[in-house]
Amino acid sequence: MDETPVPQPLDDDGALTKLHPNYSHALRVQTTLSSIPFLVGALVLEGAFRGEGLFPSGIIAGPVLLIALALIIRIPQTRYNARGYQISADRLRVVRGLMFRSDTVVPFGRVQHIDVHQGPLERFFGIATLTLHTAGNHNASVSLPGLGEGLAREMREEIRAHIRRETL
Amino acid sequence: MSDTRRTAPLSVAIGALGAIRSAVLPAIAIAFSGIGGGGRFLVALGVGLAAVAIGVVTSYVGWRRLTYTISETDIRVESGILSRAARSVPFERIQDVSLEAKPLPRLLGLVAVKFETGAGGADDLALQYLTAAEGEALRQLVRERREDVAVAAPAAPADPAAPARPADDAGEVLFALAPGRLLTFGLFEFSLAVFAVLGGALQYVDNVTSVDVWDVDLWYGWLKEQGSTVATLGPYAQALGAVAGLVGLLVIGSITGVVRTFLRDWGFTLTRSARGFRRQRGLFTRTDVVMPAHRVQGLVIGTGAVRYRFGWHSLSFVSLAQDDKEQSHVVAPFATMAEIAPIVAASGFRLPGEATRWQRASTRHRNDLALRDAAIFGVATIGAAIFAPTGLFLIPLGLAVLAVGANLYAWEFRRHAIDEAQVYASHGFLSPKQEIATRLKLHSVEIAQGPVARLRGYATVHLGLAGGSFAMRGVPINEARKLRAAVLETITATDYSRLDAPPHSAPAPQALSAAQSGFSENFLAT
Repeated sequence: MDETPVPQPLDDDGALTKLHPNYSHALRVQTTLSSIPFLVGALVLEGAFRGEGLFPSGIIAGPVLLIALALIIRIPQTRYNARGYQISADRLRVVRGLMFRSDTVVPFGRVQHIDVHQGPLERFFGIATLTLHTAGNHNASVSLPGLGEGLAREMREEIRAHIRRETL
Repeated sequence: MSDTRRTAPLSVAIGALGAIRSAVLPAIAIAFSGIGGGGRFLVALGVGLAAVAIGVVTSYVGWRRLTYTISETDIRVESGILSRAARSVPFERIQDVSLEAKPLPRLLGLVAVKFETGAGGADDLALQYLTAAEGEALRQLVRERREDVAVAAPAAPADPAAPARPADDAGEVLFALAPGRLLTFGLFEFSLAVFAVLGGALQYVDNVTSVDVWDVDLWYGWLKEQGSTVATLGPYAQALGAVAGLVGLLVIGSITGVVRTFLRDWGFTLTRSARGFRRQRGLFTRTDVVMPAHRVQGLVIGTGAVRYRFGWHSLSFVSLAQDDKEQSHVVAPFATMAEIAPIVAASGFRLPGEATRWQRASTRHRNDLALRDAAIFGVATIGAAIFAPTGLFLIPLGLAVLAVGANLYAWEFRRHAIDEAQVYASHGFLSPKQEIATRLKLHSVEIAQGPVARLRGYATVHLGLAGGSFAMRGVPINEARKLRAAVLETITATDYSRLDAPPHSAPAPQALSAAQSGFSENFLAT
């Protein structure tokens, strides 16, 4: 163990660091992409019933479009606001969840290995997902999406350095 | 000193026997099918012989091509007839070595040696088969090698103050199941699984014979026939018949339980040797498992709704290695708490005692759960009252009341506690299941809240335990935060790589003791 004063205030309930602003854009694109199949389905249904004259056109596609728009506009921002993290000298705290909140703390001393992952969308927005793996069955991997690419790598190095210091 | 060896030659014979066994059925199938007209018996014989020949040759070549090497630091197995695979497992990573003797290999004096690494199921290393003596020697060797590796490092700062490790005789029996106890155990293992087996057998009959067992009319006709016979007997005989049926069910269930228990746990012995626990059990399939004491991550004390009333409990060790099908190793399947206590002490844990400050789950959590369950049945009640015949709504209503009662009662058992070294949790519907884990050997802490939980101010605390799960439910949110802070204080004080080291040779005693005082303060605050 190193000589730096380890005991710092127990601020596990303190303020959270916000994720990269681009994360909410990425979420928005993701929501848009996943709502496309529903829109297409609604349009197909619409087309199928067009000739029947049972109800005015647009009664299926209209509401679906409205719901999709509402989700695309609202949800990414709320999800972005609900997420956050907090990194201190010896632990990482990850908070996530809109309805089902979860607040996880992983001490660096228990990290088995670290991943930095970027999907195509994340690459485009210059963000990355940091994943910490532990040996516990619950929370075997804790991932923190929406970090700036550089920051994610920086955090990985920091955690890795901490692990090495502890082991040597 | 690495030498390459082969498994016992007799394992070829077992492979060959297996081949014969699997060749018999197709041969019979051909013999009794229409294929080939008159000469079909010859065809069947030919196919059978060919299958046996191929099986024997494969088994022999497979044996020739499988070698294992024990080197200074690891064990290597090279296998494969056409494609070759070489697997190496460092001694350091072997969680436990188990010897398993199924009936046939046991007759031939062979055992299957399995090396558990925690990688799970099929990824583990197994040698089939070695002679019993060779298997035992191999296990001994693995244990010694591992001890060398483990002891070599921390042995240097020899701590005279450290209490002498219990390096006494190689086998102090901690727990054993005598046949009488086994019988009692079996009665509590009441099981109607035999009826499932019968159902399967019926299905088989259905396939083989022309009797369609799923034909409702057939059964209905049969029942009507029997029913008219029963109807002529009068009410007393009918009641007697019903009682006899119930008694029969009870007897069959009990016998099944006893037989299964005898097969599984015959000669159950748990011994404590210098560095590990050793468990032997089984009537026909004898298994012999060794678990290093320091690999035990947590304990689970289970019981059943009925046996709890009689004071019987079971004890399991949670570790990365897996037992047969279960996640943790049962080390005392049926024991009193007085018998469990010494085992717990030997594994370096402490049972919750007088000093343990149990905290109950939030009453709001209890009320919400009761309300939720009652609401489900309540909706059913309303539905039944409107649509179903009169009076039928009483059934879901009764269930709703039962659900509320059960939830209120379950709250009795929902508790958690924390002390300087360990965390405790207990839960259960009609009987408590207790979990104990070392604070130091936890890996993460999560506070999870659903929408209702957030509104009502309680949470579930999930603790990351290697090889098992550990959760405290319905903890008031402030308490949950304090709990997390306290546990994290302990975890961060020691790195993962130092977990297995004996506490007395910890690298920085000062730092550790500082942390100790730190978390006891925290504990006080809790």
